[in-house]
Amino acid sequence: MSARPGPVLLAVAVVVAAFLLLPLVAVVPISFTPKRFLSMPNGVWSLRHYRALLDTPDWGQAILLSLRVGLLSSAAATLLGLLFALGVWMFRPRFAAALVGFVLLPMVAPPVVSAITLYFLLTSFSGVAGAIGYDTWGGVVLAHTVMTAPFAVVLLLVALAEVDPRIDLAARGLGASVWTRAVRVILPNIRFGIAAAALLCFVLSWEEIGVTLFITSVNAITLPRLMWMGLRDNIDPAGAALSVVLIGVTIAALALRTLLFRPRA
Amino acid sequence: MRHAAAPLLLAPLLLLLGGAYVVPFLGVMRWSVTLPVPGFGQYVRLFTDPLVLSVFLRSFRICAIVTTLSVIAAYAICCIWVRGAPALRIIAEFCILVPFWISLLTRAFGWVALLSSRGLINTWLQAAGLIDEPLPLSQNEFAVILGMTHFLIPFAVFPLASAMRAVDERVLLAARGLGARRARIFWSVFVPMTRAGLIGATMLVFVFALGFFVTPAILGGGRSIMLAELVYVRIFQSPDWGLGAAISVVLVVLVGGLLALLFRLVRPAQLVGAR
Repeated sequence: MSARPGPVLLAVAVVVAAFLLLPLVAVVPISFTPKRFLSMPNGVWSLRHYRALLDTPDWGQAILLSLRVGLLSSAAATLLGLLFALGVWMFRPRFAAALVGFVLLPMVAPPVVSAITLYFLLTSFSGVAGAIGYDTWGGVVLAHTVMTAPFAVVLLLVALAEVDPRIDLAARGLGASVWTRAVRVILPNIRFGIAAAALLCFVLSWEEIGVTLFITSVNAITLPRLMWMGLRDNIDPAGAALSVVLIGVTIAALALRTLLFRPRA
Repeated sequence: MRHAAAPLLLAPLLLLLGGAYVVPFLGVMRWSVTLPVPGFGQYVRLFTDPLVLSVFLRSFRICAIVTTLSVIAAYAICCIWVRGAPALRIIAEFCILVPFWISLLTRAFGWVALLSSRGLINTWLQAAGLIDEPLPLSQNEFAVILGMTHFLIPFAVFPLASAMRAVDERVLLAARGLGARRARIFWSVFVPMTRAGLIGATMLVFVFALGFFVTPAILGGGRSIMLAELVYVRIFQSPDWGLGAAISVVLVVLVGGLLALLFRLVRPAQLVGAR
């Protein structure tokens, strides 16, 4: 088979694959160090940094905050994205391309621009609407909704593109109202798309750091924000322990997906 | 928009993004021409202040290196993912998707664990007696380039994959039938046929790299600062909001220009289509 890649290409790809996995493997030994600072476990392996994740209230609080922010902002972003995508798909408004382009702005703008923009927004709220101001968890939810909604729109438009418009036409021909068409006809057909959008928004919020760094300081400490603090100042091996846990979850989720969906694909 | 329901569906998100994104960005633009004094002084500084100029130059240099490395690396692994033997495809997909889904900070932590003076590489080299003092592998441009390349490879893979999937197998078989060797088929037939993917991947990665902030800030250790980190520093450490805002506006113009150019060269549909 000449269409298969040759040995040179394969060799380069192996190097690239090793490069991609290298840093993920590297955190494993660090996380078992018995010392308080970043170092290799010198023969003695310890679980103290894993215990610290459970015992230190900071980590638990950050995880709870990140969960809350992730769930709320993902729900809001998915709902708003769903309404918008349905509007575009059902009514084909004039300037649809321009509207979609507008909605995608936070996704394509450089992260630091979004960060300074949302910093401006939340600091302006601080005086008038304290609950969603700078360094509040409400403000983080608002910012994450703005940042993740474009991704929800993209996934939902992709899901809607797979729906046969004739079933909607048939429903309309039979006299269904807009509400019935949307809820009884279209939504059941894109339920996997909606679930995927919600999941992606949650993951994006859970990992968000670029914007969060600009809009929080001491009160609203999300998990990435706490990891950042551990990375910038005095490198805390508990961050490595947490990384190992997160890598494990990711690999398990991907393996599960491969097992569940591969045979049919 | 004939139906009354259309605005009801479209409006909420448009209003949110208009109010919470576009309006505050206009505010940032106003900062750039009013702080500390009204006028275009901050924009003049962008082209005259030696510190700012050096950051611009460094950013472009690092972005160019990182873009080249990630597109080449992505091309190689993508070939295996799209055209390799079935078992290899699964391994390649795993190697691409696992880092893609793992957070930026975890990956940055991985690089710190590898490169820092008490990290894996230095510990091993010292234990093996090859070096006495730890090598300065982190907190410099070298570490920034490694970390950014690592972050950006998966993003380069997706446009490349859709271009490679579109290549007609029969053309490659025809080239072989006409007597071309494997290297010749690759360079003269396969690579030119994936041109759109290459252009798309290059531009996307460059745009991403330009506004990117977290990895350089962690791995550069504040020494080889890039544009986005300069914005952060000017907002939070040495308050000079006008300059931070002006750099942001220039970044938007740059990225907007590059994306407009990209979409003239490549149809947006060619960039997606990969999962």
